[in-house]
Amino acid sequence: MTLFDLRLQEIHNRLSKKELSVTDLVGEAFAKISERDERVGAYLTLNEEGARAEAARLDNKLAGGEARGLLFGLPVGIKDNMVTEGLRTTCASQFLSNYDPIYDATAVAKLKQAEAVTIGKLNMDEFAMGGSNENSSFHPVRNPWDLNRVPGGSSGGSAAAVAAGEAYFTLGSDTGGSIRQPASYCGVVGLKPTYGLVSRYGLVAFASSLDQIGPITKNVEDSAYVLQAIAGHDHKDSTSANVDVPDYLAALTGDIKGLRIAVPKEYLEGVDPQVKASVMEALKVLEGMGAVWEEVSLPHTEYAVAAYYLLASSEASSNLSRFDGVRYGVRSDHAGNLLDLYLESRSQGFGPEVKRRIMLGTYALSSGYYDAYYLKAQKVRTLIKRDFDQTFEKYDVIIGPTAPTTAFQLGSQVDDPLTMYLNDILTIPVSLAGVPAISVPCGFADGLPVGLQIIGKAFDESSVLRVAHAFEAQTDHHKQRPAL
Amino acid sequence: MSIQVKDVEHVAKLARLNLTDEEREMFTEQLNAILQYAEKLNELDTEGVEPTTHVLHISNVMREDVVHESLPQEKVFRNAPDEEDGQFKVPAVLE
Repeated sequence: MTLFDLRLQEIHNRLSKKELSVTDLVGEAFAKISERDERVGAYLTLNEEGARAEAARLDNKLAGGEARGLLFGLPVGIKDNMVTEGLRTTCASQFLSNYDPIYDATAVAKLKQAEAVTIGKLNMDEFAMGGSNENSSFHPVRNPWDLNRVPGGSSGGSAAAVAAGEAYFTLGSDTGGSIRQPASYCGVVGLKPTYGLVSRYGLVAFASSLDQIGPITKNVEDSAYVLQAIAGHDHKDSTSANVDVPDYLAALTGDIKGLRIAVPKEYLEGVDPQVKASVMEALKVLEGMGAVWEEVSLPHTEYAVAAYYLLASSEASSNLSRFDGVRYGVRSDHAGNLLDLYLESRSQGFGPEVKRRIMLGTYALSSGYYDAYYLKAQKVRTLIKRDFDQTFEKYDVIIGPTAPTTAFQLGSQVDDPLTMYLNDILTIPVSLAGVPAISVPCGFADGLPVGLQIIGKAFDESSVLRVAHAFEAQTDHHKQRPAL
Repeated sequence: MSIQVKDVEHVAKLARLNLTDEEREMFTEQLNAILQYAEKLNELDTEGVEPTTHVLHISNVMREDVVHESLPQEKVFRNAPDEEDGQFKVPAVLE
């Protein structure tokens, strides 16, 4: 057993008993990175000097017996769309290849308050647009379970780093599935909290009505542990929810007797047979623990992808107008006037998928098309949300696969954006409804991990985590590690 | 509704993007495919359905009108491609 295999709470306990030092933990993370990351490609920027200095400082503090934060000494990797003061933040875009943030995102500040150690910034699809991590402007990430396959996206680096043992836990962000889908492909645990539970301040905006930060971890307990540290109201984010943050660890009782589970028939249609078999097996496990499940219908599921791509792209086209080469980012050096400066800087700085979504969003918002596309999609979003509201009147959680397939081959879908978009068909409806969901490993198909998606009511992360934890305790899928 | 190359050119102008000939062709084809898929939404009758702009029902978030700490100027210019006398500098707006 390596340090990496310990649960975060166990590490915390060993640190307080001085059986372990922060320097040991940080050292192991960097040893794994130097051994593996050339093959995996999870990191864009390393904070080695800073992390080692911070480890020494925390070890000194430990020797003095001082009070220790919840995540004391734990090495964390952060998706590169959360700003980190003094540590380059690129969103995996050429546009921000030189960007040196002047403040910390709130989620990052909260990790620092809890005394976690930032070891680096993680690769992603450019501006979080993509589901395979092939849209990174720097280099793709490879799936630790099969280096010829994608890790999923857009938080591909965040999921692959945990799977490869290159971070004890990571933060990702999820707009239409960008935490859950890569977690599913990489065999790790990914939680998208309720919209508004974790502050978006300092998360570079993609689609502001959907973006949400969440943890990617090796197990459910760690997920609850990290969520505890990052959740909560923030006056710097006007869409931050002013709700009480419960004790998430206390929710992990292992007891799901009488739990009412809804299984949408739409979530099993067109799904790979091996993925479906793993999900049915998981339902049996839950049934064995006293839960009951019934098939239900979420009739608007098939409209979610179309509505999502119109809404998310529209919001993105507006959000990304800030990248104009004036205040930060890479400015084109051959522009004669201001308009050329905008045009040249943006055309050189953005990659093809980002341009595609800006174009789609600008079109959907443009005069004459707003009602037909943008407004229509917002109305369909209401219908999708109603599907969830009605289901949650009778059931505690909704369960299905996280993704219709396991990880696909690198390069196999790059020329077909629409097929790529359809990989998110099971995560997007949840994002549109704004409710929380977790992906936990529930089996393997031809050696590749399969993810189970557990969806809860708004702000009921406790139930989501409780069910995921109870399931995990009966299985050992999450304990499998890729042979790298 | 089918998109022509000239529509793509118009949208690119609105979005402040210069496209290459190749990109113009590619986006025309791909936006047509995506929008054709989006036509699916018209199967649904949304007469009288309220649009959802946000899932949380928060409006008008206010705070006390007191001065908070703000970023110092030297930090704000840390990433500026060009600056002069405490201002961001850009090329001439008019020729």
